[in-house]
Amino acid sequence: MQIHTYDTVIVGAGGAGMRAAIEATKRSRTAVLTKLYPTRSHTGAAQGGMAAALANVEEDNWEWHTFDTIKGGDYLVDQDAAEILAKEAIDAVLDLEKMGLPFNRTPEGRIDQRRFGGHTRNHGEAAVRRSCYAADRTGHMILQTLYQNCVKEGVEFFNEFYVLDQLITEVDGVKHSSGVVAYELATGEIHVFQAKAVIYASGGTGKFFKVTSNAHTLTGDGQAAVYRRGLPLEDMEFFQFHPTGIWRMGILLTEGARGEGGILRNKDGERFMEKYAPVMKDLASRDVVSRAIYTEIREGRGCGPDGDHVYLDLTHLPPEQLDAKLPDITEFARTYLGIEPYTDPIPIQPTAHYAMGGIPTNVQGEVLSDNTSVVPGLYAAGEVACVSVHGANRLGTNSLLDINVFGRRSGIAAAEYAHTHDLLPLPENPAAFVEEQVTRLRESTGTERVAELRNELQECMDANVMVFRTEQTIKTAVEKIGELRERYRNVAIQDKGRRFNTDLLEAIELGNLLDLAEVMAVSALARKESRGGHYREDFPNRDDVNFMRHTMAYREVDETGTETIRLDYKPVVQTRYQPMERKY
Amino acid sequence: MSTPTLEGHSSALDAAENTAAHLVAITLRVRRFNPEVSADSEWVDYQIQVDPKERVLDALHKVKWEIDGSLTFRRSCAHGVCGSDAMRINGRNRLACKTLIKDVNPDQPITIEPIKGLTVLKDLVVDMDPFFQAYRDVMPFLITKGNEPTRERLQSAEDRERFDDTTKCILCAACTSSCPVFWNDGQYFGPAAIVNAHRFIFDSRDEGGEQRLEILNDKDGVWRCRTTFNCTDACPRGIEVTKAIQEVKRALITRRF
Repeated sequence: MQIHTYDTVIVGAGGAGMRAAIEATKRSRTAVLTKLYPTRSHTGAAQGGMAAALANVEEDNWEWHTFDTIKGGDYLVDQDAAEILAKEAIDAVLDLEKMGLPFNRTPEGRIDQRRFGGHTRNHGEAAVRRSCYAADRTGHMILQTLYQNCVKEGVEFFNEFYVLDQLITEVDGVKHSSGVVAYELATGEIHVFQAKAVIYASGGTGKFFKVTSNAHTLTGDGQAAVYRRGLPLEDMEFFQFHPTGIWRMGILLTEGARGEGGILRNKDGERFMEKYAPVMKDLASRDVVSRAIYTEIREGRGCGPDGDHVYLDLTHLPPEQLDAKLPDITEFARTYLGIEPYTDPIPIQPTAHYAMGGIPTNVQGEVLSDNTSVVPGLYAAGEVACVSVHGANRLGTNSLLDINVFGRRSGIAAAEYAHTHDLLPLPENPAAFVEEQVTRLRESTGTERVAELRNELQECMDANVMVFRTEQTIKTAVEKIGELRERYRNVAIQDKGRRFNTDLLEAIELGNLLDLAEVMAVSALARKESRGGHYREDFPNRDDVNFMRHTMAYREVDETGTETIRLDYKPVVQTRYQPMERKY
Repeated sequence: MSTPTLEGHSSALDAAENTAAHLVAITLRVRRFNPEVSADSEWVDYQIQVDPKERVLDALHKVKWEIDGSLTFRRSCAHGVCGSDAMRINGRNRLACKTLIKDVNPDQPITIEPIKGLTVLKDLVVDMDPFFQAYRDVMPFLITKGNEPTRERLQSAEDRERFDDTTKCILCAACTSSCPVFWNDGQYFGPAAIVNAHRFIFDSRDEGGEQRLEILNDKDGVWRCRTTFNCTDACPRGIEVTKAIQEVKRALITRRF
């Protein structure tokens, strides 16, 4: 076991982690620990753009953006945080441009902007051009630009270091962060990183679904590490299903396709979104569009031999426009479906896309230990975190914005904290938990297989807690997840070696997915209302009297070692916007 | 309201929507190496059933998940944007997640090897550090002088288009590890590093072109390129890599970019 000492340690090297690293490295001795080489992170898969009210192509302002974000999140958004997001968006985009990001340009040479779901002029009057973009690879360009600037700043990376545990040291009865424990994939060695400040920026957890736009590696590692240490997870029942994933594969086809004029059609060729969202039509918020698609399918208007998908129709758009604005997604259609989007509609279905919930933080990125207290020295930003700027449903283009605004904020805040605080003593045997976990999996002679359990989990989640949920389906999921968690104790791997043991890695990832799936299902069962991405057919209306509040889920273990999930609730911060019925 | 003519369904769309199970038996022939077990690498055959519309990556997963958990390869996004899974498939550098089984002649054994020119660490996993070092050496970031503007820097759509192709690079190393010069001399920067230098040299906002050109004028720089076009053939993003290298060479001669 090796011990390293840093001021600031950042876990994850996607957009949020690298944006934080650029700030933290300038101000403190910083290490970035990342499961993947930085440019492999899933920020690179984001396509459509990053919202900011630059008003480069038409009238816009950040107050409209704030309102759209709050309405899009079905009023579960903390309004102070949304205001910061929308206000700082403008500098966040300009900062990236100055770092070198090659945005598409207007004829005047300014950053070009396009329409996106839920972004409107003057509080819902009509769609507004707010998304700043680089063709349909905006996330790729953000990831590359941030990595380039990390190279420029000399950021220190530990590539293929997988963080498995959060170290907590109590000072006067208060939990403080004192570091993390990581597993080096190349060697199997365990490393303890003692640090004054730790920032989690390790991304989402979409891999507990089968049809998902998420990478294989998005397994909620950061959320699971802090949750196991008794810290809460916020609003985990809210998961976004992106309307347009490639049918059965789940590969993302950007909402920018509809921003450019693409239309969703059912088997009769009908533009069905006109029925569900008369003003915004195909550009209503993602939860609304995904429910509309499944309603069409359920009512027998789905396409194909099994009627289980609908079409994204781009055939009326000029091929030059598709080539210039949507080159990647049209190529995906050609590569994976063998069809030509110039002339054929693309079969699509909603795909599990984004966790609105996560590790609760305040607007400085400080992690909360309950509704009001923070964990000194611990920070989180990006999809792993819940500020909450996305509430019950995130607007498209607000996630690339979130990682830049709150990545930057947490990087600055963590480095400043490190400046004014000393290293804390590590807990006794800091690597004990990880050593035990790794040894147990490596030496297990159990009979369960990782791939089988993961497959059963994914099928269960798709069937029971996707776009439509009921008490019955969620209970089925809770029961099944409990069974899988039990069987997971008996899981074994075939690769017993130390070098690049990805068999072991996948087993650990599955454990994280199971923990988080249970939190999601239990949180969803208790929320007896429908709001944003959480739709209960048995409670189809939003219930502001009982549920205008954030869920806070805690792991508790009694004397007998039995684990339970305790749910608590946290008030929503409301400033100037009163909840209204949400129509698009 | 326009409606597509459903009668106009192409045969390609009908084929894409066909859900009838259609599994074929294939052989994956994988070059395996684990120094914890043996100092030598060996070919191992795996017989599996796959849908020809699946990816080579899906077939590798099938082996790992159902037959041998120790089979080791990198992957993440599974749709050609993260650059993790470049490998030699039937002797050609490709991304396993962007190569469909039906496109690599499933009647014959499909051979899978690690990319060449980088040290193999285990099975299909190679040491990427020299590759990323060459990338870092060309100063792959915007270099500017003077004060920052208050708003964005202006750039015409034409100037933006000038370097569009080379912004697509995902650093997968398919190009560099397909280059015979790189195989013979690991000191050569390799196509990917030059592509990323090109991306900045031809960016109208950048003022570091001279510095980068001097770096690439080095004996291990751009002149080592023998224009074999392997890199262009290998690029999973369709970047015209050889053309970009030629443009850098021309810029070195004319000092115009």
